[in-house]
Amino acid sequence: MSQPSETQGAWDPSYNFAFLDEQTKRMIRRAILKAVAIPGYQAPFASREMPMPYGWGTGGIQVTAGVIGPDDVLKVIDQGSDDTTNAISIRKFFVRTTGVRTTESTGDASIIQTRHRIPESPLREDQILVYQVPIPEPLRFLEPRETETRQMHALEDYGLMHVKLYEDIARHGHIATSYAYPVKVAGRYVMDPSPTPKFDNPKMDRCPALQLFGAGREKRIYAIPPYTEVKSLDFDDYPFELPTWDAACALCGDTHSFLDEVILDDAGGRMFVCSDTDHCRERRANGHVGPAAAAAPFETMSAAP
Amino acid sequence: MTPAPPPLEAVPIPAGFDDPTLDSQSVFRAVLEAFSRPGRVAFAALPSPPPGPLVSASAAVALTLFDLSTPVFIAPGIATAPVQEFLTFHTGCPLTEQADEAAFAIIDGADAGDLSRFAIGTPEYPDRSATVVIQVQALSADGSIRLRGPGVEHAHKLGVDGLHADFWLARERLGLLFPLGVDVILCAGSSLACLPRTTRAEV
Repeated sequence: MSQPSETQGAWDPSYNFAFLDEQTKRMIRRAILKAVAIPGYQAPFASREMPMPYGWGTGGIQVTAGVIGPDDVLKVIDQGSDDTTNAISIRKFFVRTTGVRTTESTGDASIIQTRHRIPESPLREDQILVYQVPIPEPLRFLEPRETETRQMHALEDYGLMHVKLYEDIARHGHIATSYAYPVKVAGRYVMDPSPTPKFDNPKMDRCPALQLFGAGREKRIYAIPPYTEVKSLDFDDYPFELPTWDAACALCGDTHSFLDEVILDDAGGRMFVCSDTDHCRERRANGHVGPAAAAAPFETMSAAP
Repeated sequence: MTPAPPPLEAVPIPAGFDDPTLDSQSVFRAVLEAFSRPGRVAFAALPSPPPGPLVSASAAVALTLFDLSTPVFIAPGIATAPVQEFLTFHTGCPLTEQADEAAFAIIDGADAGDLSRFAIGTPEYPDRSATVVIQVQALSADGSIRLRGPGVEHAHKLGVDGLHADFWLARERLGLLFPLGVDVILCAGSSLACLPRTTRAEV
């Protein structure tokens, strides 16, 4: 059961459709096409100042503004949630500048702009996932000079990244990178999947939906075409592993979704809930009940073991 | 009293989009879909016919993606005065006769046996490469060509009429230089299909 889409918004005609001027949109569109043609490659684009600070998703917003049309249905999530300030602000921005319908339901959306999560439910061919990216260069913390990292990509010289993962193993006994976990796209470019948890990495592999990445401050657009191989970097003897946990979502009981820890009081009370709010709501609407769902009020809950 | 100037020769430039903002958005989405799923045939057209030999799909692509920052090469057989006038009037794009300087090119399928004259980018910036619009006779979604690569789940079938016999070999040669390369938009009438540089073709 999906939540019905919100009603059609009102486009404020004092703005050009999707806020950006037409020449800016053409520039962004050309960059998007080259990004799709060279999977995982960071195509430079002339990122504009947007009416919100860098770090609020200006890259993702510009990509969305480049692709969105009046018939689209937009969903915006921030760390999986439709209800956070960032997600609501961006949704309102596009309602005001395009009048498109918005939704919280993953299944109803044609464009999903996301900060740091990939929805739990599988995406379809007729959907586009737009990621907000803070630092697009996976090698940046290993090599600060853009001239050098650009050449490393040109030469497919990714040894440094493997050294980094190796050092993780030497220090921690396992690859301790848990988010922004580097991937290799279509066997060529190493790419930063943005700070999504590595739990989400397998969802990028051979995904039926087009995935677009926009970094506003760093002025880069990159893409993963549909059905493209996305491999998380690892070693033969230390293969990529998904994190596991014992807890189930306190509200819907899901044991396979990515969970947020919510502190309930100052006495150690806490609960784990789905980070993907739409996924959780849909499961509850379908009758799934988590351990805490019936046990309100929450302050009576004891700490999870 | 000065004599009246001779009447200007009235050669109207055909119209572009009815609504440049929304129409170019919808054409872009068709092109994006075609780029993302190589070989799938998409539709893009202008409301009124462009000056021949420009076909509707290539004119729609041009009005969506060309502007003053994109040098455009038009093959001699297509670069008639009305076509040049139409493109420069609607998009403001500079025209170039140097194929390797062009961000976009419009050529005929019969002339597409050699792709090496176009910019293929640099190892650091492979995106600084040409997008080549190739006008062909017909495109069909159920042809003998099998396409594989990013964007394709198993294989996409494509039929193309009116391509130079050497085109596929020329593409395959360029493919060895990946990530360098050129990206192709095949246009026939109001249909188009894309071949980004990653697409492998079995002819």
